[in-house]
Amino acid sequence: MLKINKLHKSYPIGDSSLHVLKGIDLSVEAGEMVAIMGSSGSGKSTLLNIIGMLDEADEGEYILDNVPIKNLTEKKAAIYRNKFLGFIFQSFNLINYKNALDNVALPLYYQGLKRKERIEKGLFHLEKVGLKDWAHHLPNELSGGQKQRVAIARALAADPKLLLADEPTGALDTKTSHEIMDFIQSLNDEGKTILMVTHEEDIASMCKRIVRLKDGVIIEDTFVEQVRASQYV
Amino acid sequence: MKFLFERDTWQEVYDSLTKNKLRTALTMVGVWWGILLLIGLLGSARGIENSFNRLFGSFATNSVFVWAQSTSKPFKGFQEGRQVQLKISDAKKIEENVEGIEFVVPRNQSQALVVHNFLSGNFGVNGDYPLLDQVQKKKMIQGRFINQTDIDENRKVVVISEEIYKQLFEKDAEMIGEYIQLNGMNFKVVGMFETGNANMGPSSDIHIPFTTFQQIYNMGENIGWMMITGKPEYDISQIETDAKLILRNLNKVHPEDNRAFGSFNLGKEFAKITGFLTGMQFLTWFVGIATLIAGVFAIGNILLITVKERTKEIGVRRALGATPFEIKRQVVLEAVFITLIAGLLGIISGGSLLMLLDSLYGQGDEAMLVNASVSISIVFVALIILIVLGTLIGLIPAFKATSIKPIDALREE
Ligand SMILES: Nc1ncnc2c1ncn2[C@@H]1O[C@H](COP(=O)(O)OP(=O)(O)OP(=O)(O)O)[C@@H](O)[C@H]1O
Ligand SMILES: [Mg+2]
Repeated sequence: MLKINKLHKSYPIGDSSLHVLKGIDLSVEAGEMVAIMGSSGSGKSTLLNIIGMLDEADEGEYILDNVPIKNLTEKKAAIYRNKFLGFIFQSFNLINYKNALDNVALPLYYQGLKRKERIEKGLFHLEKVGLKDWAHHLPNELSGGQKQRVAIARALAADPKLLLADEPTGALDTKTSHEIMDFIQSLNDEGKTILMVTHEEDIASMCKRIVRLKDGVIIEDTFVEQVRASQYV
Repeated sequence: MKFLFERDTWQEVYDSLTKNKLRTALTMVGVWWGILLLIGLLGSARGIENSFNRLFGSFATNSVFVWAQSTSKPFKGFQEGRQVQLKISDAKKIEENVEGIEFVVPRNQSQALVVHNFLSGNFGVNGDYPLLDQVQKKKMIQGRFINQTDIDENRKVVVISEEIYKQLFEKDAEMIGEYIQLNGMNFKVVGMFETGNANMGPSSDIHIPFTTFQQIYNMGENIGWMMITGKPEYDISQIETDAKLILRNLNKVHPEDNRAFGSFNLGKEFAKITGFLTGMQFLTWFVGIATLIAGVFAIGNILLITVKERTKEIGVRRALGATPFEIKRQVVLEAVFITLIAGLLGIISGGSLLMLLDSLYGQGDEAMLVNASVSISIVFVALIILIVLGTLIGLIPAFKATSIKPIDALREE
């Protein structure tokens, strides 16, 4: 699915620069569910953003679905993001003046689908996250868990191969977190590849593999027995 | 261009513009005002021009009127202060010798008591050639103007204005073929023309054949004054100078005697007023366009702020697969759309303003504004200017919107 070799990334800070990723090697197969862990500032988000083509590495190789990602034009990157990737953010990032359905259908708009099709697909995915009845509500009329479920539906709408989630449960309470994890697990069961950044050990343990970062390098990479979230729901 | 016809494109525009209605409305004020100004002023200028044309439009504009006065310099044994008399031959000589002459129309005028049945009045009576109709167009309501046969046969026929008709005839009374008395002589009415012209020189409401006038007033070869019309490509001031020079020569007047002949140069006066009107239109365009540009800049500025505020949203859209072109296109479309809507509102209010002006100042014969309006082509030009300016100004926020990396946009709070 994706392969990363000797990836480096630094941020310029004033005159000097901050070396955040110092040679990351990582490969993820289709169908995996990977948790990226590490202390704050260890470069988890930076790595995920590079994988998501929202940011570019300084050095190293990154191959996504057999396509080398290097010096892409912004337009190409946008098309890959639209086709391959679904993003789930900690703060949901829903567009506040669009209702749930329109938010979910937005990636389909950029895919150039007809309105009717978009509404159909949008409703289908909203139903999948159990929010069909909330289709015409604005984000500020939804709870945090509901918002994140709308965001997940949006990430799924374009049927991406890879879901990228940066602390998807970071803004949610334990119970809601487990519900969301239960749902993400079911997506993985259906075959979606999932990469998520998390701080919480119990959330990480619900993935199938845990990658630990420290000071910009991978210090541990283990496959684990997946804990099912359904038992807590 | 297909995207222009998709509902979603406009839904997006609508969503983002209605997000902050007050600001959108305030943004539009500048352009609205610019267009209102443009339409209002141009329309008024047109109205003034029309009213001016209504007053003078019947005159051949390249004309000068010349009459004789008394000399102010002694010459060839004549004392100063001699009354000069114009003759028909003077008119002929001018026609033959001055370059660029179209017509020379000799005219005579006198006062007469005019009577019809029990109604009467004192009016100016003119002795005229059919040619007068070429210099000062008569809009005939009934009958005809004086013709060559009238001249040849010294006929006792008369052409009157509608105004005179109203004073001398009962309402709706038949008048063609009727007789009226001029100083006791019977004249047959052969035509009536629309009043409405500005009176250039003495009242010109009753016309009889030139030859008839000569006969009954015993004029001999004398004429009262003449109207000279130049060909369009000739300068009327030059014609005026040349004609007067010839007149001085013919009438034994000192070549530098400027008082001996009086004149009124209609062409020059006309040029002054049209010059003023052109200046006013130019000023209007200038002010209007400057205001428009300022208005469009205001729109660009506000959109820049809006784009800044929406940085994060734009980041999200790009994460979801919006290409920079799609983002830019949307911003430019918003700019053009606001500009156009503001412009259309300006056109509508400008049109209403002109209608209001028309109802206030545009009614009746003496109206200051006649048919104050702007042509469709001006409206089109204004709209095209708006679209072009809107697009150009929209490009600034559009490029701003996509100038930062998606990740930085997403990080924005
Ligand atoms: N745009 C940037 N400019 C400069 N420094 C940056 C930028 N983005 C991240 N950094 C720095 O890079 C380091 C890694 O940041 P990153 O966001 O990847 O950490 P993280 O592991 O996700 O941390 P957290 O758990 O707090 O989210 C941090 O020290 C951060 O300050
Ligand atoms: Mg982070």
